[in-house]
Amino acid sequence: MGFDVLLKGKNMLRLLEGLGVAMKISLVSVVISIFLGIIVGMLMSQKKPLINVVTRIYLEIVRIMPQLVLLFIVFFGFTKLTGKNISAELSSIIVFSFWGTAEMADLVRGSLLSIPMIQYESSKALGFSRLQTYIYIIIPQVARRLLPLSINLITRMIKTTSLIMMIGIVEVLKTGQQIIEANRKTSPGAAFGIFATIFLLYFLACWPISCLSKYLEKRWEN
Amino acid sequence: MDFEVIKSYIPLFAEAFLLTIKTGWFGIALSFALGLICAFILYFKIPVLSAAVKVYVELFRNTPLLVQLFFMYYGLPILGIRVSAEICGIIGLGLLGGSYMTESIRSGLESVPKIQTESALSLGMTKPQLFRLVILPQAFAMSVPAIVANIIFLLKETSVFSAISLMDLMFTAKDLIGLYYDTTESLFLLVVFYIIMLLPVSIIGTVAEKKARFKIYGDI
Repeated sequence: MGFDVLLKGKNMLRLLEGLGVAMKISLVSVVISIFLGIIVGMLMSQKKPLINVVTRIYLEIVRIMPQLVLLFIVFFGFTKLTGKNISAELSSIIVFSFWGTAEMADLVRGSLLSIPMIQYESSKALGFSRLQTYIYIIIPQVARRLLPLSINLITRMIKTTSLIMMIGIVEVLKTGQQIIEANRKTSPGAAFGIFATIFLLYFLACWPISCLSKYLEKRWEN
Repeated sequence: MDFEVIKSYIPLFAEAFLLTIKTGWFGIALSFALGLICAFILYFKIPVLSAAVKVYVELFRNTPLLVQLFFMYYGLPILGIRVSAEICGIIGLGLLGGSYMTESIRSGLESVPKIQTESALSLGMTKPQLFRLVILPQAFAMSVPAIVANIIFLLKETSVFSAISLMDLMFTAKDLIGLYYDTTESLFLLVVFYIIMLLPVSIIGTVAEKKARFKIYGDI
């Protein structure tokens, strides 16, 4: 079945290293997206017409353009247009942050708008200042809605970063292909074992995070 | 940008576009059917089967389509299961989408309050009537936004098909960039065709969501 290839030499270690490359890119993109997404989401909840139009277009672009297309545009198109070479790693971080920021901003906007007006009015009536209202009343409630959803975004980011192999980054799938090629003669069944292992690795990386997200969502439901 | 080049590429992209749409919508139809079946299994808590559905949903929701396709297209032939790239793409998309649709439809079904069931039964409705006339319409209205989001997500995921050498839009663009180095033109056409494919779905989806919302809450 080809699982024996994993034990040969450093093959399993190489696969894990490949997974590490993908994880690193998703982690960097997640951090950037959460940071920028909170800012953009807050801007969007302000209901200023100009900002509204711009963010609408931005969200719609992200909504309908496959991430792989965005990756190609940045990786191939940018170089062609400017003549400057940007590395595959950098372009994938740019694309996933661009995508993640939109997703995060939408979540932030949704959570902010889900807080009823009465919360603001009541805290004003109780004599809270604007800053106090946000610190003691609004942010704790928003965080409870937002946290499970943004944790979910992390798993989506991890899943999406598997695309980076298409622009030539050597991550887990590419490493897997290399191992299969190298052992073509000695174990022709390696494709099954390697890809099954990668499948399982991704599952083990994402499943605990989705469980955490689900757990938090249930716990904070009310 | 060279418009002569663009003109000469359009037929190639149109062909790839049709293939992408065909595989995409077949996959979505499959995922919807699968999601419906699995959601019912979960909703009625059918023993054994519902445990299997849970495992399936978790497995496919937590792995990327690219990895699933690689496993199906390159891994399974080792066991003697060999299908064409097109069928593999449709099945892969269907399985991935099925797990997302299951969750959406199930949460729609579960969001119908218990009092609806009780009222319908006390009015003398039979079980099938209750399900067909009371629960399903409400559950469907509740899950419309999630289903729309899933359809857009799945159509976007078709871009991954190029990895298993299905001649879709992405594959064509990549091929042309590699062959003639007309990067700008190929990328431009790629974007245009994806907009043609997804913008109508996005707009219709927004309208459908508004209609469903109206049905549930009576406002917009």
